[in-house]
Amino acid sequence: MASAEVTLTVNGSLRQLELEPRTLLVHALRDQCELTGTKIGCDTSQCGACTVLVDGRAVKSCTVLAVQVDGKSIQTIEGLSEDGELHPVQQAFRKHHGLQCGYCTPGMILTSIDLLERNPSPDEHDIRRALSGNLCRCTGYHTIVESVQAAASADA
Amino acid sequence: MIPAAFDYVRAETVDEAIAALADPDAKVLAGGMSLLPMMKLRLARPSVLVDIGRLDLRGVTHAGDTIEIAAMTTYDELLRSDDGLPDALREAVATVGDLQVRNSGTVGGSIAHADPASDVSAAFVALGGRARLQSAGGTREVPADEFFVGVYTTVLRPQELLTAVVIPVDPPGSGSAYASVENDASGYPLAGAAVQVQVAGGQVASCRIGLTAVAAHPLRAPAVESAVVAQDGAPGSAAIAAALEELPLHVDDYRAHLLTVVIRRAVETACARARGEEQA
Repeated sequence: MASAEVTLTVNGSLRQLELEPRTLLVHALRDQCELTGTKIGCDTSQCGACTVLVDGRAVKSCTVLAVQVDGKSIQTIEGLSEDGELHPVQQAFRKHHGLQCGYCTPGMILTSIDLLERNPSPDEHDIRRALSGNLCRCTGYHTIVESVQAAASADA
Repeated sequence: MIPAAFDYVRAETVDEAIAALADPDAKVLAGGMSLLPMMKLRLARPSVLVDIGRLDLRGVTHAGDTIEIAAMTTYDELLRSDDGLPDALREAVATVGDLQVRNSGTVGGSIAHADPASDVSAAFVALGGRARLQSAGGTREVPADEFFVGVYTTVLRPQELLTAVVIPVDPPGSGSAYASVENDASGYPLAGAAVQVQVAGGQVASCRIGLTAVAAHPLRAPAVESAVVAQDGAPGSAAIAAALEELPLHVDDYRAHLLTVVIRRAVETACARARGEEQA
């Protein structure tokens, strides 16, 4: 089986991986980089649990090949806190209980970071629309939306 | 789910991509939002995957009375370039998938993939767009209403690459709109209509309509266009339904009903825009 070499900057660290071209980014992150904070939910590009940031933009890592993002910068949930301090969006999810079982949370937070980067003061409709590609099977949407609103207003 | 194995080619130039397509089972990988799910389900098993993600095929250029959208421009990049996009195109693109899909999915990929339910393709057809296709023999442009020939099937030849989508800007006195009803779970339209009308002397003088999700491929609706002009932008549901009978639609009663609804909505909005009467 032909293999490919891929260099990724994952949470600021350079990672050189040897993998099959058909390897999905989510598997490269979970199995090779051992970053299991990125979840596999539906595996069909609908639920958003596998969302990571590629060069700052939210993508579903179950629907991108690792070879496609060779040379790019990947940010996962593990890379958000700095010096033990949670990212403001993480803090807001914690304070406002934006999670129940927590499985969808990494994806929700990374998508929210992309949203807030492009729209620092979204209204409820903007937030619900931006998170439409992230499903919460616990149906905890109300507090998730509140958490993003809090993060936007820095009430974290 | 993991795709079947393939040989991977990351094309550095358009010529290299075209050469790599020599294998009849090769496929072009653009944003991957449609192809990769199909490969994971093994509905698609290309022998060679030609990744065109690194080609210089990004960006939106205004040239005279047309807008050129390079094939690898993502939906999100197109929306951010907003300046002067026809309303029908902007609205169709904004409704595609979700934030993550719009970050990765490309305009050229959508058109070339020819999903029967593509939102973007309805606007492409209604606005009189053209697909720019490049091969070793040169470049040709194919009008939108001749580009799609069947389910997931276009006039693209085996060693030909869609490099740009060219869309005329809305002419003076015209307005356009896209309306759809989506399946909430999938985000795909159950029926979608893009409409462009031109008003002269207060009367609707011409109309172009592109329909999606209701036939083997996105298509125009000439009899409905005539009805819109004949009834000055206010055709009744019965007139629309009658005019739709000439088309090779694959719809049940519910979808047929939705189709008349989205056509009426898009016609109404496009006419209001053309007359400068749109409500804020």
